[in-house]
Formats: sequence, C-alpha cells, structure tokens
Amino acid sequence: MSDETMKHREVRTSRVKRGAVVLGLIVLALVVALSTAGCGKKKSSTSTTSAMGNCKLSVFSWWTGGGEAAGLDALIKIWNKDNPDCPFVNETVAGGAGSNAKAVLAKRLQNNNPPDSFQGHAGKELLDYIKADQIEPIDFIYNDNGFRDVMPKTLLDQISYKGHLYSVPVNIHRANILWYSPSVLKKAGIATPPKTWDEFIAALDKAKAAGVIPLAVGEQWTQQHLLETVMIGALGADGWANLWVKGADWSGAGVTKALDRYKTLLTTYTNSDSATLTWQDAGKLVVDGKAAFNIMGDWQDGYFSGSLKGDNLAKKPNVDYGWVAVPDTDGVFDWLSDSFTLPKGAPHRDAAVKWLGFLGSKQAQDTFNPLKGSIPARTDTDPSLYDAYLQWNLEQWKNDQLACSLTHGCAASNAWTADIGTALGLFLQDKDVAKFQNALVKAAKKYSATN
Amino acid sequence: MKNIRRWGPGLLLVSPSIVLITIFVYGLIGWNMKVSTSNWRQARHTSDYVGFKAYTELNHDEAWTQSLQHLLIFTVVFAIGTLLIGWTLALLLDKGVKGEGFFRSIFLFPMAISFIAVGIVWRWLMNPAPGDRATGLNAVLDKLGLHSLANQWYIDGGTIFGLHSRGMAAMALPAIWALSGYIMALYLAGFRGVPEELREAARMDGASEFRVYRHVVFPHLRPVTLAALIIIGHISIKVFDLVVAIGGKQTITETPAVYMWRQIYDYQDYAKGAAIATLLLLGISVLVIPYLIYTVRAERRS
Repeated sequence: MSDETMKHREVRTSRVKRGAVVLGLIVLALVVALSTAGCGKKKSSTSTTSAMGNCKLSVFSWWTGGGEAAGLDALIKIWNKDNPDCPFVNETVAGGAGSNAKAVLAKRLQNNNPPDSFQGHAGKELLDYIKADQIEPIDFIYNDNGFRDVMPKTLLDQISYKGHLYSVPVNIHRANILWYSPSVLKKAGIATPPKTWDEFIAALDKAKAAGVIPLAVGEQWTQQHLLETVMIGALGADGWANLWVKGADWSGAGVTKALDRYKTLLTTYTNSDSATLTWQDAGKLVVDGKAAFNIMGDWQDGYFSGSLKGDNLAKKPNVDYGWVAVPDTDGVFDWLSDSFTLPKGAPHRDAAVKWLGFLGSKQAQDTFNPLKGSIPARTDTDPSLYDAYLQWNLEQWKNDQLACSLTHGCAASNAWTADIGTALGLFLQDKDVAKFQNALVKAAKKYSATN
Repeated sequence: MKNIRRWGPGLLLVSPSIVLITIFVYGLIGWNMKVSTSNWRQARHTSDYVGFKAYTELNHDEAWTQSLQHLLIFTVVFAIGTLLIGWTLALLLDKGVKGEGFFRSIFLFPMAISFIAVGIVWRWLMNPAPGDRATGLNAVLDKLGLHSLANQWYIDGGTIFGLHSRGMAAMALPAIWALSGYIMALYLAGFRGVPEELREAARMDGASEFRVYRHVVFPHLRPVTLAALIIIGHISIKVFDLVVAIGGKQTITETPAVYMWRQIYDYQDYAKGAAIATLLLLGISVLVIPYLIYTVRAERRS
C-alpha cells in the first residue's frame, strides 16, 4: 500500500466517523426537543383536567419556618378536614423575607398562571397587583362573612383602595414597641421605662453613663423601622397618615423635627456595629443585659419567649424583658398585617373564596395567631389563648389609633418605598438631615398622587 | 457549495451550540437591552419604548454613583492585592522549596470555596463589635496588644481619596484570600515558561540572580499580568455573592450587581435593573474585548 492510499483511507474513515458523530448529535437534539415538547403538553393537560373537576386549593406564601409555618400547618389541617374534596396545596417560596417569593409570584401572574390565593402585606404593597388588574376586589367576602362588624373600621379604611377591599388580613403585628431590659434599667437608675421623648433621652443618657449600649439597632431595614416609629412619635398618627395622601407635604417642620430626633439617636446612642447585626442579634443584646433598649416589631416577643428548640431565647416576659410603646407613640398602634388575596383567573375560584372566608373566621385567626406570635385582626377573639405580651397588645389594638407601617408594606407603593429606602441608605452614611428631607419631599411629589 | 463536504460536517457539529448561544446569550442580551429601554417598572409586564429614561435616572441617582465608587475601591484593592500576593508566592515557589506541590495546593485551595462560604467565614472574622463583644480579627488584635489596629472593617463609612467608602477595601480582603492562589498558579506557569537557557545565558554573562529576574524573567511575565488583571477585573465587576454574604442588603456595601438585584427583586423595577445589567456588560466588554483583540493579534504574529 502506498502512502497516498493510506492517507486517502484515513481521510475517509475520519469522515465516516465525523458523519456518525453529527448524526448522533442530530438524534440527540431531536430527542431533547421532543421530550421537552412532551413535557409542556403533559403539564397543560393536567391543568385542564384539574380545572374541570379535581379541586385543589393552591396557596402561595413565604411562610416556611418558625411560628408562621406552624400556624399555616395548623390552618391546613383544619382546611383539609373540612374540605376533603378540595385538599390544600402549600406553595411556599423561602428566602429574603418574601422578596424571592414576590419575584416568583410576579412571573406566575405574568404568565397567567396564578395560584388560588397568595400572601401579601395588607395595604399599599398590593397596589401594583391592583393596578395591573391581577387581583379581584373582595368586598363581597367581607359582607358575606360579616367581617366589617368585627374588624376595626380604620383598619379596613387603611387597606382599601378607591373604596374597595382586596385582601383578608390574617394577623396583626405591631411595629412601635420599645423593648427593654429591666435589670439594665435598674442598674442604670432608670425608675420607669420612658413614655415621652424627653424621658427617653434622659434614660438613654443614664444607660450610656452606666456603660451599656443605650439603644441597640441592627442592619439597614431595622434602622428604617426605627425611623418610622420615631416619625410617628414626632408627628402623631394623624400627621403620619397625612404623609401618605395625595399631595402630601414632607417639607414641614414636623418631619424635620422627626429626622433630627432620628439623627440624635443614631449618632449618640446606638451601637457602632449596627450594620452587622440582624434584628435578633440586636434584640439579644437587650435580654443579655448588654443594651438597655431596642425598638423592633412584636415578633421580638416570639424570639425572646419562644422555646430554645426553635432557636429562640426562652426568656420570661416582664422578668427578663419588658416593653412599652415607643416614646411619644402611646395610644398609637403602628400596625402591619399578612393578608391573602383573590387573583384574577384563580383556577379554583370558589375554593379560594371559601379559603378567604375561612381566614377571617374566629377559628382560623385564633388558631394561627398564638402560633405565629401575633394578634388577630378581629376584635372578638379569645384573649386567653395568647401570651402575656399579646394579651396586652390585644387591649391596645381595640383602643389605639391605627398607623399604617411603611417598612412593612402598608403605607406606600413599592416604588415609593424603594425611593425612601435609597434615601435612607445614603442618610445613614452622611447624616445630612436637610439633604435627606429634600429627597423625601421629592419622592412624595413623585409618588403621592398614585398612592 | 461545492466544498460542502469539507466544511459542512464541521458546521453541523458546532451548529447546536451556535444556535443555543445565539438564543440564550446574544438573544437574551438583546432582550435585556430592550427591557432597559421600556417602561416596565412594576410587577406587570409592559414593553412600551421610552428610550434611555432608566439610564438618565441612574445618572442622577446618588445610590448608583456610590455603588460605582464602592466597586472602584473594591476592584483596585482586590487587583493589587491578588497580583502582589500571587506574584510573591509564585516567586518563592519558583526559587525552589521543599514540598512545592504541597504548598501549591494549600495556596490554591481557597479558590475551590464558593464566595458565599468565604463571605460567611470572613463576616465572622471581620466582626467590628467593640469592647468585650469583640470577636474574630479584632479580638486577635486585642489579645496581641495591637488594639489600635482593631477597626470597623467592612462597615467603615469613611472616605478614601474622596471616594465612598473605606469599608470596601476590607470587603476585598476575602476576595484576595480566595483568589491569590489562583493568580499564583498563573504566575508560576509564567515563571516556568521562561526557558532555562535564557537564565543560564544571563548567568554566564555574569548577571546576579536579582538581575536575572529583573531583566530576563519579569519581562516575560507581562502577558500573565495582563491576563490576571482581566480575570480579576471581570470577577470584580460582577461581584455579588461575596458582598451579599458579608454585608447583606445595605447601601453601605452596595455594589452595582447588588443594586441591580435589589431593583428587580425588591422593587420590581425591571427597566432599571436591566439598565444596570447592560452597563455592567459594557463595563466588562471594555475590559475583555481589547484583551481578546490583543491575544488574537499576538497569536497571529507568532
């Protein structure tokens, strides 16, 4: 065999090999294409059959751990017992305090693939969904179940948009609580927890002199939470409410006073490592006797008093920790609420309507809330089911003026909240009150008309 | 067409990846740019063209310009740190140590750890809590009597050359720790790529060991330095996981990629998020494209 023919044969065999590889690849591509097409088909066919008969209630939330997951599980048990023909499908998405879930949800709503009901903070956080025509007004559920008679009128006003209700609140949390350590207060010579701003400053000074952290704060969102409660203190519930209406004016002296107070707290009385602490870390400083005060929502009570097994601290209320309303906000209830909605095009609308009616019932609210560590939105529930803090809070809920929380989705649309959050982030670094207020005024001008 | 037998099979072979890359890389880049010029600024999808509104908004957005400053500080410290340490380690290994393989692996290992894990560990190490709550590096410094060196680490809000904020220099430490070994490997390959004859020749001419390195070996390392800079630079521009693991979602440590994430996930401002993504891509292109042109030319020359 000559060299020429050898070479020729080699070329031919390599061509044949190459041809086989290409053929294999084409086959593979076809298989992949067919199988994905098959998957798509299968999926759509199951959803049509389920719409026709098989009832399943799919509920979307970000309740994946702790008391809230336990509360949801208890609700699911009741639902499944009462509705054996329409079992509950728990569609939770973990992470990011709901922000991951909201991103997933937005995609599902865009693709016209809504769950039967989804979680959202009651109030203006739902505005995007309402304006996008993605959820239905549910006034009829309120009327049919008599919710209007058992939930505070101000609450319903604050979660209405253009006179309509869009969600059923399952629980109520309170944001404006000043947590304190009785032993530290004693050590620092603070006779009673402060009620007014001046008393607060005096107490903080005493705590500072005693060598503890006067006011423990955590990362950025907890500082926004702090700002909110300080503003409500300086402006009062009505002044606060006026910040969220059309044409709201943020340039007034009241806002300046609030921001100055806020700056005083941050520059003089808080821990230097706040940006590295979670809300739990900051709260723990109080029960550990390293800090005198902490301002946080009442989920802090669940963390303080809950079992060690659930990664809580198992401390005794009124012994290891105490609480009062944030100074100057006594009689004001800065509230937030988890609520559920009725999406347009919900696959099992009848079941979803029934679910929302169930969520507002005394049974559901008294099942869920003791586990979650919050109080019911209804005012006619059984106080004996709740712990010391929650019983105190229940009384307040009945009598206080209500203020809608900014940090927790009640007061402002997402876009407005975003601008406030950005302005706050810059303020935390430069501490320039005039510039901060200017940014807040601008944000209000931009968004208040559509809030 | 006559030669289809020659180029046809080859094209067929790569065609699946060409199709996939066209759709999933370039198609999606194009779609992202389209979103950035739309008014999709809420959960509901809208695609009306509004021009470069999102970009001009960013231009007036102090949080954005601050995130750029953060990135600049991070990148400079990260690049200088990894290059210096990587180069030094490579030089030491090149001079010959016992158990070189062992040390090489040790220096390379941090690269095998994800930025999330690196971030969590360094978050503990760089805990800025003062006094009796001090842990991590601050506690070590305290014990060593170097209390004055204890500092605020990544939450230090001061400025450096007028830029915000000093803490981002500390944020670069974990990244330096993670990638110095990799840069060392690049440099070591560079050192080993210098033919022994060249060194030998220099020595024969009476050059001291220092001058052998200074005039013979180091000039050969320029392409390595360039490649290392490109690699570190593009990792740095995209940095996200490390920052989130250490600083969370806070303005004080926000980089452009984190800002983009916040816009989309927290505020459902898709246009602004897409605009940031486009700018990041442009930033990386500015770094990578000249490098690609340079290497193609260099390859052609040789």
